[in-house]
Amino acid sequence: MNTLSDTWSWLTTAAHWSGPDGVWHRLGEHLFLTAVCLLISCLIALPVALVLGHLGKGGALAVNLSNVGRAVPTFAVLVLLLLTPIGTHGQWSTIIALVLFAVPPLLTNAYVGMREVDRDVVRAARGMGMTGRQMLVGVELPLALPMILTGVRIAAVQLVATATLAALAGGGGLGRIITAGFNLASTPQVVAGAILVAVFALLVESLFEAGQRLALQRGREAA
Amino acid sequence: MTAPPDDCLARNEWICGAYLSSRREILIDAVLQHLQLTVASVAIALLIAVPLALAARRWRWAAGPVLATTTVLYTIPSLAMFSLLLPLYGLSAALVIAGLVLYSLTLLVRNILAGLRAVPEETRQAARGMGYGPLRLLLAVELPLALPAAMAGLRIATVSAVSLVTIGAIVGHGGLGNLIYSGMNTYFKAQVLTASVLCVLIAVAAELLLLGAGRLLTPWTRRQA
Repeated sequence: MNTLSDTWSWLTTAAHWSGPDGVWHRLGEHLFLTAVCLLISCLIALPVALVLGHLGKGGALAVNLSNVGRAVPTFAVLVLLLLTPIGTHGQWSTIIALVLFAVPPLLTNAYVGMREVDRDVVRAARGMGMTGRQMLVGVELPLALPMILTGVRIAAVQLVATATLAALAGGGGLGRIITAGFNLASTPQVVAGAILVAVFALLVESLFEAGQRLALQRGREAA
Repeated sequence: MTAPPDDCLARNEWICGAYLSSRREILIDAVLQHLQLTVASVAIALLIAVPLALAARRWRWAAGPVLATTTVLYTIPSLAMFSLLLPLYGLSAALVIAGLVLYSLTLLVRNILAGLRAVPEETRQAARGMGYGPLRLLLAVELPLALPAAMAGLRIATVSAVSLVTIGAIVGHGGLGNLIYSGMNTYFKAQVLTASVLCVLIAVAAELLLLGAGRLLTPWTRRQA
């Protein structure tokens, strides 16, 4: 197929990889956006979810937030933020949009994980005289860890996808290669960009999956 | 020379009644295109998902590859998915529908399969004991029992599709997404906000409609609730 070989030659042209519009620079932007926003989202969502889950309050909020997140188009939020005064401050509108869409899966999974901890175990911990804080850190958190890590993985994949879309609203990242390809009416560049994004997303997914498995294995060995 | 009118359009306000009345045709067209794209893609996905889920349950070896493939498809970001389909479909509505079908497929296959697997073995044996053949067992016992899980998948798939249609704007077939995209380029606040709100309203309406349909289709679950 012609497009395939054209795409291949696009990908193997050294000039496309270097410079401010090159793949390496865009990949760096994408990685930076994903990592920073994942960190911010975890710092916002996890403490809230852990405390709510520990107290057993706010369940409706934690669960409904995911549904709301699904109904609101990412693209619309990106553009809306871009048109607000925040949009004039460089990357901030992109970062806020990314965080908004990474928080729901983190919050929901961590909350559900905390609530699914066996109530008998929690009661036993209380019976042993553990304080609320000890129970949270020593009992509930380790048992909820698999679900929390699943939430982190989903959020990371979501961040990669949203960061790609940010290119439509003038943000950086690998999505820029795709949008530039559309503007140039260059199908090989569009497809090459799409392949890079897809491979990146799948890499992030499998990396987090491996990390998750490793963390749980360690935890089981320690127990 | 006449002075420019001093209305909310000229002031570029977020909420603007004049926008709604003067652009009614455009808005209706965009909503209709949005609905068409959503309904077409979810319907096609459903037609493919049911046999796939049945096959994955019937032949155990098929379940792994089917689930793995759909998971990989789901991980690919939407913009990349549409772009990957560009050589096959060009700048067409078919491209957007094909992309959305691939996403919906994942959610539907997983949920239908989970629903079918959750049918208790005793129920199946009882039906067989009453002389039900394989086809009647499937249509009269297994599919109805799998329906609540399948409907949950259908709801998630539909709501996601409504939101993902907007990305079709990159190829000019994005329903309300087209208005958001052009509104972004011209810094037209009222257009972006109106189109975004309409998008969310469509998603909420679809969710409620499918919830209602699910309740009508599974009257036996209502008594428990």
